[in-house]
Amino acid sequence: MFGRRTGLRWCFEGMLVFLASLVVLFVVAPLAGMFFSTTFGEVWETAGDAEVIDSIGLTLRAAFFATVVSMVGGIPLGYLLARGRFRGRALLATIIELPVIVPHSAAGIALFGVVGRGSLLGKLVDGGLVGTSAGISVAMAFVSVPFLVSAARDGFAGVDVNLEKAARSLGASPGRVFFTISLPLAWRGIVSGLILMWARGISEFGAVVIIAYHPMTTPVMVYERFNNFGLAEARSVAVVLILICVSLFVLLRVFSGHLKETEDVRA
Amino acid sequence: MLRIDGVSKGYGEFSMRDVSLEIASGEYFVLLGPSGVGKTLLIEMIGGLVRCDGGRFFWDGQDITHVAPERRGFSIVYQDYALFGHMTVARNIGYGLWGRGLGRRAIEGRVAELAEMLDIVELLGRYPGNLSGGEKQRVAIARALVVEPEMLLLDEPLAALDTNMRGHLRRMLRQINRERGVTILHVTHDPEEAMAVADKVGVMLENKLVQVAGVDELFRRPSNAEVSRFLGMSNVLRVDSVSGDECIVCGESIHVSGAGERVEHIWIGAEEIILSDKPFGSSARNQLLCHVVDWENRDSLLCVNVRCGDLKLTSLITYRSFGELGIEVGKAVYATFKSSAVHSM
Repeated sequence: MFGRRTGLRWCFEGMLVFLASLVVLFVVAPLAGMFFSTTFGEVWETAGDAEVIDSIGLTLRAAFFATVVSMVGGIPLGYLLARGRFRGRALLATIIELPVIVPHSAAGIALFGVVGRGSLLGKLVDGGLVGTSAGISVAMAFVSVPFLVSAARDGFAGVDVNLEKAARSLGASPGRVFFTISLPLAWRGIVSGLILMWARGISEFGAVVIIAYHPMTTPVMVYERFNNFGLAEARSVAVVLILICVSLFVLLRVFSGHLKETEDVRA
Repeated sequence: MLRIDGVSKGYGEFSMRDVSLEIASGEYFVLLGPSGVGKTLLIEMIGGLVRCDGGRFFWDGQDITHVAPERRGFSIVYQDYALFGHMTVARNIGYGLWGRGLGRRAIEGRVAELAEMLDIVELLGRYPGNLSGGEKQRVAIARALVVEPEMLLLDEPLAALDTNMRGHLRRMLRQINRERGVTILHVTHDPEEAMAVADKVGVMLENKLVQVAGVDELFRRPSNAEVSRFLGMSNVLRVDSVSGDECIVCGESIHVSGAGERVEHIWIGAEEIILSDKPFGSSARNQLLCHVVDWENRDSLLCVNVRCGDLKLTSLITYRSFGELGIEVGKAVYATFKSSAVHSM
C-alpha cells in the first residue's frame, strides 16, 4: 500500500503503525477487559433479571419512538440541506449540529424548560413529560437527531442532480421526483442514519437522567447499580447494554457497506 | 418554434448576457462552443431546470418563461446518461409515462416500441449499472422520446462514447429528427459533430452567441476569426491593409475577389491551396514561392505547413502528391490558389 520501502520510509511507516495501534488498543482494551472479567453466568443471570429486561425494553422502545418521530421531519430537513438554495443554509446546518457539542446534562436542563412542569407542554399534559417514557424519548431525540439529519443530507447529496432534472423534464412533479428518484436512491444512507440515531438514543445518559431517573433506562441503571452495589453489579448490566449497541453497530456497517457497492450502480 | 429573447444569467463567477435565438419546429439545431461558455446552462434554462435572471422564452408564441419543467414537454438527455440506477431499463424508459392515465399495457407497448426502434429490446429487463456507454445512451434517448416531447434537449450526448458508437448514434439522431419530426437542440464542443448532424448551428464563444447559420454557411463564412479558429479552420490570416482587391497579409499581397474596405481577416481553405515545385500557368491569381516548414497527417491526407517570409500557409495534399513533389523540410514550393478561394471576414 505504501509502495517500495526505503530505510527512512520504513521508519516512518513503523512509527505510523505504532502510534495508530495505541489508539486501537485504547478502545479495545477496556471493552475486552470488561468482557473477560465478566463470566457468562453473570451475563446470563443479568439478562434474565426482570428489572433489567424491563429497562432494556424501555430503552429500545423509547429510542425507537424518538427515531421514528424524528424521521418525519429529519428526512425533509436533510433534503433541504442537500438541495435547497436559500440564505442561511450553512447556518441552519450548524444549528442542527449543536446538540452534538452541547454537554448532554446541560441539554437535559434546557429540555426541562420545554417538557417540565412549568412549561407550556407541562400545562397541556398534567405535570409535563418529566419522569415519563415520552420525556425520555424527547431527551434521546434531542441529542441524537443530528446523526439522522446529516446522514439523510449526505444520502440526498449523493444522488446526481441530473437524475432529478431528467425526471422533471420527463413530466414528473417535484413531489414525484422526490418519492420515486431521490428518496429510493438516498434510502440506504437514510437507513444507516436511522440506525445510528437509534443506537445513539439507546446509549444516552446525561440528558435522559435529568428528564427521568425513573422509569430507568439501561444506561441510567448501569450508573445506579454502580452507585448502590458497586463495580461487579454494574459491569454485567454494562456488558448486556454494550452487546446490544454493538449488534446495532454491526447492522449499520452492513448497510453502509452495501451503500458503497450500490454507488456504482447509480449510473 | 422556440424563441429565446435576451436571456441572461449570472452564476457565481460566470455570466451570460443577452442571448437571443430562434429554433424552428422540426429543426436539428446544434449549439456549438468550447466547454465552460454556458451551453449546458442555456439548455437547462430552456428546459426550465434553471431560472434565468432576465429575458424570456417562447414556445409557439406562448411565453413559457415561468412554466415548470414538467409542463414544457422538453425532454433532456445528459452526457452521463442520468439513468435511474434503481430501476430496470424498461422502468427507466417508461418513467415519463406513469401518472398520465395510461394503463400498464399501454405503457409496456410504448416502451417496447421505443426499445425496438433503438435496438435495445434485449436490455429491457436489465439494470443500467452494467450496460455499455452506447447502450446507456440509447436507453436515455428512448426514455426521452417515449413521452413524445415537443423538443429533445441533448447535452453533449455523444462525448463519452467511442468513435464507432458516436457515428452510429449520430445517424440515429438524424433519423429520429427526420422521421419523427422532433425538434432537436444538441449541445456539443465538437465542430465535426455539428457538421455531421445539424441543420443549423449556433456558435457560443465567451458566454455569447456569436453566430447562427446553416452548416454550409457557417463553414464557408464564419463571422469572425475567433469562430473560424474554433471551427479548426487553417489559414485564417489577419489583413494589414487593403487596396482595391489586394490585401496585404504579413507583407505579402494577396488577391481577393470582392474584398471590402473593412476586411479584417481572410480565410483560405487548406484544400484550395495547390503545391507545385515549378510555377504553373493557371487562371489562379495568387502564387507564392514558399518553403516547407513541416507536415502532419490528417485522416488520409497530409497537412503541409509552408512559409513565405512571415506568411504561414497550410495546404492539404494527398500522399501521392507528397511523394511526387518529394517534400522535405526547407524545400522550395509554389503555393497557388484562386482569388475566389480567399474568403474575407
